[in-house]
Amino acid sequence: MAIAKKAIVWGLFAAGGTVTAFVVPALITLFLLVATGNVPDGLQFDQFHAFASSWLGKACLFIVLFLSVWHAAHRLRVVAHDFGIRKDALIASAVYTVAAIGTVLAAFYLLTIG
Amino acid sequence: MSTRIRDMELEIMRYDPEKDEAPWFQSYTVPCNEDWVILDAINYVKDNLDTTLAFRWSCHMMVCGSCGMMVNGEPSLTCKTFVRDLPDKVRIEPLENFPIERDLVVVLDDVMQKLHQVQPYIMRKDDPPAEDVEYNQTRGQLMKFKQLTMCINCMCCYAACPQYALNKDFIGPAALTLAHRYNLDNRDQGKSDRLNILADHDGVWDCSFVGACSEVCPKHVDPAAAIQQMKVDGAVEFWKQKMGIVGDKS
Ligand code: SF4
Ligand code: SF4
Ligand code: FES
Repeated sequence: MAIAKKAIVWGLFAAGGTVTAFVVPALITLFLLVATGNVPDGLQFDQFHAFASSWLGKACLFIVLFLSVWHAAHRLRVVAHDFGIRKDALIASAVYTVAAIGTVLAAFYLLTIG
Repeated sequence: MSTRIRDMELEIMRYDPEKDEAPWFQSYTVPCNEDWVILDAINYVKDNLDTTLAFRWSCHMMVCGSCGMMVNGEPSLTCKTFVRDLPDKVRIEPLENFPIERDLVVVLDDVMQKLHQVQPYIMRKDDPPAEDVEYNQTRGQLMKFKQLTMCINCMCCYAACPQYALNKDFIGPAALTLAHRYNLDNRDQGKSDRLNILADHDGVWDCSFVGACSEVCPKHVDPAAAIQQMKVDGAVEFWKQKMGIVGDKS
């Protein structure tokens, strides 16, 4: 007996859940504000671009994106199970592959900003 | 003192595996005292209407944990469920998710084995202390797990748990909670050993944190919270083992 590898994905899921619960609602609100033309000070394009160009900014954005996508992946796997879909290995590889691609894309696009 | 009497219709599930092909329902009309608990009404049936009815109970005071049944679909301790809180028609069934032994009696072998499997006893790595030395424990150290010791093994939580319903190999709420009680005990040094069992497949990770167990628990043990804490412990222990850090809390 040993601790199952589920510990890894659960760890990402839990961290992602914490981050998304706090950060994502704020991000959505800000996104809607910006989309309706009420851009708050500090979120002007130039300012935000500068933030995303700094290594600290990239790191913050990467953590939020990376954890959110892994949280979502694991949540989908659990929901599929709850809905009675009994192909856990297949579902797990599918959702985690998407999460892995999302992680790579997030890193790639963040690195192109600058 | 109010001693209002109300006629209640009890629809009780009957099943004798030697005679019946499938479980069926039998109705009894019971003149219930509003101060009764539903177990009193079931005992009335046994004493006055039908001596063949089989069910478990012992203490009538929320201690022995043997009187768990489904009352109108809810896993309930029948000695804690008051007649005055129930409608005129009540359906009594054996606890969900367990094989039926007879009528309202279920087979609990599976959870008994699980309670045993999680090593629910204090394990020490250090040499035992001299014979006349006691393990001292402060009030604060006791309070860390006292709530978890309130469990009476009524198994209402297993009857409520959707994951146990799907996978009978899932260790499940009460057994995981019992293990966590020992993991949190400052006298114990067996946490990493135990986590190898608890955080394996069919251990804590199968819990989807629906919280149904905590909702039905008659002793407010909150097994769902204990399991989530154990997931954190399991994840930390996993990385500790990967990095070669072995060791127990002292
Ligand atoms: S945790 Fe609560 S519901 Fe589960 S067996 Fe213990 S007392 Fe019963
Ligand atoms: S919280 Fe976990 S153990 Fe409790 S009922 Fe839900 S799945 Fe079962
Ligand atoms: S009869 Fe003992 S707990 Fe209900």
